[in-house]
Amino acid sequence: MVSPHCHFDVLVLGGGPAGMVSAITASQNGLRVGLIDEQSEAGGQIWRAPWASSPQGYESPEARDGNKMRDRLALSSVTCLFGRRIWSVTDRYRVDLLGADGVETFQAPHLIVALGAHERVIPFPGWTLPGVMGLAAATIMLKAHGLAPPKDWVLAGVGPLLAAVAAGYARKGHPPKAIIDLSGPSDWFAALPSLASRPGLFKQGVGWVLSIVSSRIPIYFRHAIRRAEGQDRISACLIGPVDADGKSIDGPEVGIACDAMMVGNGLVPGGEVPRLLGADQVYRHELGGWIPECDPFGRTSLEHLYAIGDGAGIRGGAVACIAGKLAGLAAAHDAGRIDAGAFAHQSAQALAEHRKLSAFSDAMAHMIRLRPAQVASIEADAVICRCEDVTRQDLVAAARAGARDVNQLKHFTRCGMGPCQGRMCGDVAAEILAQEHRLDRQAVGYWTARPPLRPISLQSMLGRVDYADIPIPKPAPL
Amino acid sequence: MSTMHDLIVIGGGINGATTALFAARGGMDVAVIDRGPLCREASGVNAGTLTMQMTRVALIPYALRAHHMWATAREWLGHDVGVVVCDGLSLAFTEQEAELLAFRAGKRREAGAPITLITGQQALQIEPGLSDKALLAGHCRVDGYANAYLTGLAFRTALLDAGVTLTENNPATDILQTSSGFEVVTKQGPLRAKRVVIAGGVWIEEMMGWLGIDLPIKTLVNQLAVTERIPTAMRTVVGIANGLLSLKQYPHGTVVIGGGWQGSGSREGGTCSLLPERLVGNIRLACHAVPALKDARLARAWTGFEAETRDALPAVGPVPGIHNAYVIGSIHSGYTSGPYLAKLLADQILGREPDLPLFPIDRLLKPEPLAQG
Ligand SMILES: Cc1cc2nc3c(=O)[nH]c(=O)nc-3n(C[C@H](O)[C@H](O)[C@H](O)COP(=O)(O)OP(=O)(O)OC[C@H]3O[C@@H](n4cnc5c(N)ncnc54)[C@H](O)[C@@H]3O)c2cc1C
Repeated sequence: MVSPHCHFDVLVLGGGPAGMVSAITASQNGLRVGLIDEQSEAGGQIWRAPWASSPQGYESPEARDGNKMRDRLALSSVTCLFGRRIWSVTDRYRVDLLGADGVETFQAPHLIVALGAHERVIPFPGWTLPGVMGLAAATIMLKAHGLAPPKDWVLAGVGPLLAAVAAGYARKGHPPKAIIDLSGPSDWFAALPSLASRPGLFKQGVGWVLSIVSSRIPIYFRHAIRRAEGQDRISACLIGPVDADGKSIDGPEVGIACDAMMVGNGLVPGGEVPRLLGADQVYRHELGGWIPECDPFGRTSLEHLYAIGDGAGIRGGAVACIAGKLAGLAAAHDAGRIDAGAFAHQSAQALAEHRKLSAFSDAMAHMIRLRPAQVASIEADAVICRCEDVTRQDLVAAARAGARDVNQLKHFTRCGMGPCQGRMCGDVAAEILAQEHRLDRQAVGYWTARPPLRPISLQSMLGRVDYADIPIPKPAPL
Repeated sequence: MSTMHDLIVIGGGINGATTALFAARGGMDVAVIDRGPLCREASGVNAGTLTMQMTRVALIPYALRAHHMWATAREWLGHDVGVVVCDGLSLAFTEQEAELLAFRAGKRREAGAPITLITGQQALQIEPGLSDKALLAGHCRVDGYANAYLTGLAFRTALLDAGVTLTENNPATDILQTSSGFEVVTKQGPLRAKRVVIAGGVWIEEMMGWLGIDLPIKTLVNQLAVTERIPTAMRTVVGIANGLLSLKQYPHGTVVIGGGWQGSGSREGGTCSLLPERLVGNIRLACHAVPALKDARLARAWTGFEAETRDALPAVGPVPGIHNAYVIGSIHSGYTSGPYLAKLLADQILGREPDLPLFPIDRLLKPEPLAQG
């Protein structure tokens, strides 16, 4: 086995806003930084760079911010390790990657984890049909590939991403056939004052609304998808009304013919790496779910492990930048590169900004929070875990057979045992278990994180070896 | 005052749970205490291989009987743990390994395991998924595997049906000896019984300490990996001569890759982590044996704690010097043989003569230090 590359003081996992800013800040303060991302360029979800070969560029304030930060990164002394998939993170702090040249290993005394969030899926019968895709995936299509959706597509879900995707495609001449919004106008109005605290974003929001209104897209407020239908792929969906908590209620159902659906119900923090390393976790409903316990600088319960960005609680891109700055400074301080005075001085402004932004980020997080009543409305035969074909009724049966925590649920049903390791189903399955036992989410626990962080092919791990080179351990006793 | 049980079993892994089940079926009032849910440590995370070709020679007679128990689990356990009985192949790729295999297979055969030696070509006929690089193979008809993660569900139902008092998520912290038996101190309060069985897996050392007995137990940290579902690549259990590989494909399509490559961690903190280079080593070996695995993706890898005594033979029997206290654990390939040894222990506790001898721990206890002068 090749020995790990050890020439970094800090490794930053994830090249979104949080990761980029922390990497730049740490390197400006004297640390040797390696920034690792699966993509070929930095930017993460929100600042995702367009693919060189994509048919049309995507103009937006985010794209411009992303380009600016990519320029700053290019001028910094951060070493960018892109196009590498992180599959294992172990003690103090060893990171195993899979790149174009196979398996590589890096090790550094400080680790900043900024791996973002996953999409929350609230299942309905038919959600696994081809043609149904996530809202975050839709934004990738839009930002990176400039791809057009099929003609008759519907957009469903909750939160600002709904408006952003609708407006983005409407401007490109591909408006959705209908928008199905779990929230009602009153929820949006309630968020207005905090939205107004960020004039730039407020303007952007108004722009979205104008695009949507001018393209005359029908909007179904306080509605959700009841089911998707189709033979080999989606051909129609049925929608129905919900109450303020997201619970399905009686009322007219509407059938809409469509050949694609983009649906998203908020985000779940992607906290696998801190969990894998054994950092203390806490459940914070309003921040999207289980997150590592952190101080304001992103310091976790493990020495020299920092968690920032949406992976440490859903707070959005602006907060992620500040969190990146704070963690970069903290790493520099904790590594002895800046003294306590300089640390306090440099972080004071960022801490203040962080506080100022929190009204906005809280309001956004509130809009995309999990609605327990919506989960309670999921039908018995809906598939929850698509990797292993586990339905709601299978989960309920396991709960009644005595499964009380999510990992026991996994053993009883295989839910979460597939290649996504519960990233898709985990939040909802845990909620179903908690509701079945009338326990809070803290009590049913979180899914044990396991390597690989993403599925990787065995072939790619092999390298070129002879049988004789495999370091087979000593035989077991006879 | 809490009820006086006939028997308390501390630790609800395969060993504790089976002992409790047979003691209860034999008429005793039994309680099981586990720190977590049933069978979520070694007994829920192991590779589920039910093979003779990795079993220690001294355990072969037990493992053969235990294999039969697993194959008929529905009858005595009442629940399916996904047991598949199939052929097993232990491969040798080099001259040295062939020599080791011939020696080891011979010893196991003498102990009763129906292992025959066949050529690599013959092995290919039995398992077309194999690489053509094997020189020699041990072939055993008594082999197979279970779905270890279903063990907890199965035993939970069976124990409750047998009237056992189950307290899960309830760590024991001490055992007090009283005039009428034992009081087990637990998080949820004391439980009392006339008899006690210590079945805490790698934690039996600590538990024996509560009784003032020093039984050193080494902790192994075994790594395992599983692929995502793939088309049928193999139908047998495949290992290698020195025991450091176990491979089988489950009916739902995943392939579990194990063999006892060691991770790192300690039982005290309960934390363990995988050593990535060992995982890579294990996977190289797996793909060498069954080349089609190269096309699979790794879905998950994990570790679990396995107990080992000084002589790597089981600790099963009465606790010396303490009337009505028993211990069971540290059984090599213990998922395979555990149920049978636990049944034997239950027989002894019920006052019946066990069909085969137990493995009393007197041999493992440190001699009293000699008095000075
Ligand atoms: C990764 C791995 C792979 C393996 N593969 C195989 C295989 O393929 N085939 C095979 O035959 N064997 C295999 N084994 C071995 C086999 O799993 C074990 O021998 C067997 O499961 C041990 O059972 P046990 O009941 O003694 O221990 P465990 O299953 O560990 O049970 C001990 C129980 O004690 C409980 N406990 C601990 N402390 C306390 C406390 N203070 N209070 C209350 N309860 C407590 C624990 O929670 C646990 O449930 C493997 C082992 C591992 C780790």
